Amino acid sequence: MNLDFSATIPQIPFILEGLAITLKIVVVSAIIGLILGIVLSLCKISTFRPFIWIADFYTSVFRGTPLVLQLMIVYFGLPQLLGFQIDQFWAAVVALSLNSAAYVSEIIRAGINAIDKGQKEAAVALGVPYGKMMKDLLLPQAFKNISPAIVNELITLTKESAIVTVIGLGDVMRRAYQAGAATYNYLEPLIIAGLIYYVLVLILTFIGKAVERKLKSND
Amino acid sequence: MIKVEKLSKSFGKHEVLKNISTTIAEGEVVAVIGPSGSGKSTFLRCLNLLEKPNGGTITIKDTEITKPKTNTLKVRENIGMVFQHFHLFPHKTVLENIMYAPVNVKKESKQAAQEKAEDLLRKVGLFEKRNDYPNRLSGGQKQRVAIARALAMNPDIMLFDEPTSALDPEMVKEVLQVMKELVETGMTMVIVTHEMGFAKEVADRVLFMDQGMIVEDGNPKEFFMSPKSKRAQDFLEKIL
Repeated sequence: MNLDFSATIPQIPFILEGLAITLKIVVVSAIIGLILGIVLSLCKISTFRPFIWIADFYTSVFRGTPLVLQLMIVYFGLPQLLGFQIDQFWAAVVALSLNSAAYVSEIIRAGINAIDKGQKEAAVALGVPYGKMMKDLLLPQAFKNISPAIVNELITLTKESAIVTVIGLGDVMRRAYQAGAATYNYLEPLIIAGLIYYVLVLILTFIGKAVERKLKSND
Repeated sequence: MIKVEKLSKSFGKHEVLKNISTTIAEGEVVAVIGPSGSGKSTFLRCLNLLEKPNGGTITIKDTEITKPKTNTLKVRENIGMVFQHFHLFPHKTVLENIMYAPVNVKKESKQAAQEKAEDLLRKVGLFEKRNDYPNRLSGGQKQRVAIARALAMNPDIMLFDEPTSALDPEMVKEVLQVMKELVETGMTMVIVTHEMGFAKEVADRVLFMDQGMIVEDGNPKEFFMSPKSKRAQDFLEKIL
């Protein structure tokens, strides 16, 4: 048997339709994950112990269990408690963003801690309130240092989004699998899917490098 | 202007300040000198509550700032601070560094803040650098911007924590020159410094600290000519 893409080529539009779903999941999860990650990181560096405990516990749970398990709990498990079914898309977004937030919060925490202590002192000595200090003075500096790590997390998220296949969401991964099932030729559509993910990651890498260059331009 | 009574501060078991009392009048320029570890920086940092005192009181313009309910940010708005390592915000231009607090803390209009910032930059001789980022500046230039940044809040008091200690020798003078000009405006200043010549020349008073206490408090000429305490004599002998 040889590779034969002749049956797969007509399926490419079908697989590519999944790209919209993949991108939607990744973008929405990345944004929610980032916001939640910032909140968690601020909890971790706060002086109020319960905040630290909650944030640390959160991170340890979401890093300590498989993502696919978290997704299954949200989609198959939670309705048992809630009494209603969760939309596939939102189940995917909830699981991916909660999971991503755990990693992002660690990255941001490290980024803030790496900033010279004097920066915070200079801010408070000028009477700058906490929220403004974080938003305008410390977080921008933190993000500059951690932008490679954040891009890395975004790349991971993009690839890991393929697990939404297990809850039946028609993303790139699932459509490639379905295309394979339709013709009993799995390898070709899977290669197509692989190429799609790879190109996505290349684009992210490129954007990440450009952002990094831009941020470092005043160094 | 500043009244300090029985101020004490410990880090863990280590007592850094031991029952310090002193009064600083409006317009007075006080140099705080002493060996490293004597508590002089900690003393200065207590004055704007960057360090929380463990005991005693600090009163600034009739307001006791050491009361538990004090709004520390409000207190700090009126006290400018200049650090040894400048601590300019690296992601903001010189002008943005100076304008940030007036606009965001004092809610001044951007235009008014910019005019004042440009005016201050002219005074410290760095108007041409207004759109540069701090990393493009020399140490002396950074420190002059840091002074301008503190002055932009129109403080009543300026605190200097070894402002020239991190500078290359050839840049010390330009910073001291800016500080001298500030002295002439009648600003109340507390300066922790190792620049004895500068202290002698511009200070109204010298506080000599050692082991968490003010050992001598007096006129700079007298202090440098004939220090009374053995510890001050030893200290001056070592550095002069």
